[in-house]
Amino acid sequence: MTSESAATGTAAGAAHTAVSSPAKLSALLEDIGYLADDGVATAAFLALRMGKPLFCEGEPGTGKTSLAVALSESLGLPLVRLQCHEGIDAAQALYEWDFPRQLLHLRALEAAEGGRLNVEDAEQSLYTERFLLARPLLTALRSAPCVLLVDEIDRADDEFEAFLLQLLDENTVTIPEYGEVRAEQAPLVVLTSNRTREVHDALKRRCLYHWLEHPDLSREIAILRARVPGIGQRLAEQIAEALQRLRTMELLKPPGVAEAIDWANALRALGRDELDAASAATTLGAVLKFSEDTDRVRARLDAVLG
Amino acid sequence: MSDNTGDTTGGGDSAVDGTAGGGNTVVADPLPGLVGFTAALREAGLPCDRHRVGAYFDAVERIDVGEAAQLYWAGRLTLCADPDDLPRYDEAFASWFGGESAADAGLPVRREQRARIAPLTGEGDGESGEEAGEQLSVAASDVELLRDRDLGELTDSERRHLRELFQTLRPVFPRRRSSRLRPAHRGALDPRRTFRAMIAGGGEPARLAYARKRTRPRRVVLLVDVSGSMKPYADSLLRFAHVVVRAHPADTEVFTLGTRLTRVSRALRQRDPERAMLAAGGAVADFAGGTRLGETVRVFLDRWGQRGLARRAVVVVFSDGWERGDTALLGEQMARLRRLAHTVLWVNPHAGREGYEPVQSGIAVALPHVDRLLAGHSLATLERLLREVRDA
Repeated sequence: MTSESAATGTAAGAAHTAVSSPAKLSALLEDIGYLADDGVATAAFLALRMGKPLFCEGEPGTGKTSLAVALSESLGLPLVRLQCHEGIDAAQALYEWDFPRQLLHLRALEAAEGGRLNVEDAEQSLYTERFLLARPLLTALRSAPCVLLVDEIDRADDEFEAFLLQLLDENTVTIPEYGEVRAEQAPLVVLTSNRTREVHDALKRRCLYHWLEHPDLSREIAILRARVPGIGQRLAEQIAEALQRLRTMELLKPPGVAEAIDWANALRALGRDELDAASAATTLGAVLKFSEDTDRVRARLDAVLG
Repeated sequence: MSDNTGDTTGGGDSAVDGTAGGGNTVVADPLPGLVGFTAALREAGLPCDRHRVGAYFDAVERIDVGEAAQLYWAGRLTLCADPDDLPRYDEAFASWFGGESAADAGLPVRREQRARIAPLTGEGDGESGEEAGEQLSVAASDVELLRDRDLGELTDSERRHLRELFQTLRPVFPRRRSSRLRPAHRGALDPRRTFRAMIAGGGEPARLAYARKRTRPRRVVLLVDVSGSMKPYADSLLRFAHVVVRAHPADTEVFTLGTRLTRVSRALRQRDPERAMLAAGGAVADFAGGTRLGETVRVFLDRWGQRGLARRAVVVVFSDGWERGDTALLGEQMARLRRLAHTVLWVNPHAGREGYEPVQSGIAVALPHVDRLLAGHSLATLERLLREVRDA
């Protein structure tokens, strides 16, 4: 185990030397407006130090994706994002040759040489950098150190998982016509999953596993104050308290932090500094995404607003 | 998310708080203690394999072991793999590093109640060796009879024989179109393959390549009611579920419904039926307990179904529809399930009885939201169910 992490090297070399403890990383994240709790800070710290991918699961809206974005920003590393979907394959995730352009190039060569084409040279000129379309995974290997976000891995199918596993293990990819691309430093990999499907244990085993929860009241207030320009303490408190109550109401889609921020922005756009029944009723669409939920909350709006 | 996930936060935080004072129990060389801790976790059912334990030691080296919170997180990040693991981890952490028991520290004690599958008959499997020879000689006509026997009223030898007949079932799943393409002779033009062929041929227009959407098995979700009223059938239905899981391990999910929801897909993936049943029995804490169907279906949809597990799937509910809770809730949740799923089948073991009328409070409200109501009291009816699933 130790030998393996030594072989892959620690991610994000320069950036990680500055980060000597979870608290330091937490402070870095806070500087750019991402308020990490102990768990998130330790998870990201260990991912950096151990060179292991970080596998994040949790309710929608608990900040899985924004963690990767915040890490890239606070560590000053480029962010490469791979959005997974069903049927995603190597051509969409890793690289593809630009066949139409290769064909044009070949035709142009033929025309220029008047039909006396040197086959060897022509073929070599086809498989060069200019015809290689780099997709996110190749981009990540080339631009490492970087943060690689593999979003919603549960949506990809298991064939892709196996392929990703190999890539994460080796940090190398061999393109037959082109050669080997090796990451000098392992990218800091963040995988997210919404648990629509159980991800294979072989993949999870190679990762640090972090389950994210909705933030508690004080943290949510702090997040609102950090993320919504011009929001007052009172409005932040009211929204956070309402959100805490909404999450206990057995809704079809309990609102996450993203919805809290949307709600605050909506209220700010309307020029409100306080959450009252009238303004809440008109902006409920920012928080609730199912009509059943909206009906249920409207009926008990007073209780939600406290 | 009123249940487990909610509890987990509380347990997680309080576990840390509870041990803040006990951090100094970690001595200069913590390794032996950590090895013991991982062994205790493995005992509690966490996936502490060699790989994870190695990662754990690596993580511990990089943190400040004097700080209980960091020690807590180092283990949770490396040794857990599922939200269901977290309460067990919290409990083990509190009792191992806390220096006092979880109960003393005022932590919620979430003792995993290990229930074995209730033996349906008093007899053990001791003399099965003798019986095996006997069973082989059972004539074909007996098999035909057995196929129609009620699963809840079998004698011991019939039951054993039927278990073998279960192994002969060959579940075939319906297929759906996936977004992956496969080469085909007709269909949409496949530019990538066409161009590649042209380049291989020096740029000459080669044969055009076509592609079509692949198909893949549709997911099948089995929800098995294991409450008291279903007790005579629970064992057989879980064995049936095992056969289905083994046929399509990646595309089948099995949950038990009782006073709470338990996912047993992982346990049932083992090849050997007896070991799979033992593992499933260990996971299900509420065998032969009460039923709160509406509530457990809601938990299923909240935690799994709506995220995608039930979407476009064939969902089969095995239940007699006895509902002790609010039937309105069950109706509401079945409507929700119907909107998500491709097909919803309801299998009621009692529906095969003569003169059966779907009058149980639960089934009456669920019926409008179900595609088919099927019997499921015998091998023959379960075969019919598999045909329905195949054609769904």
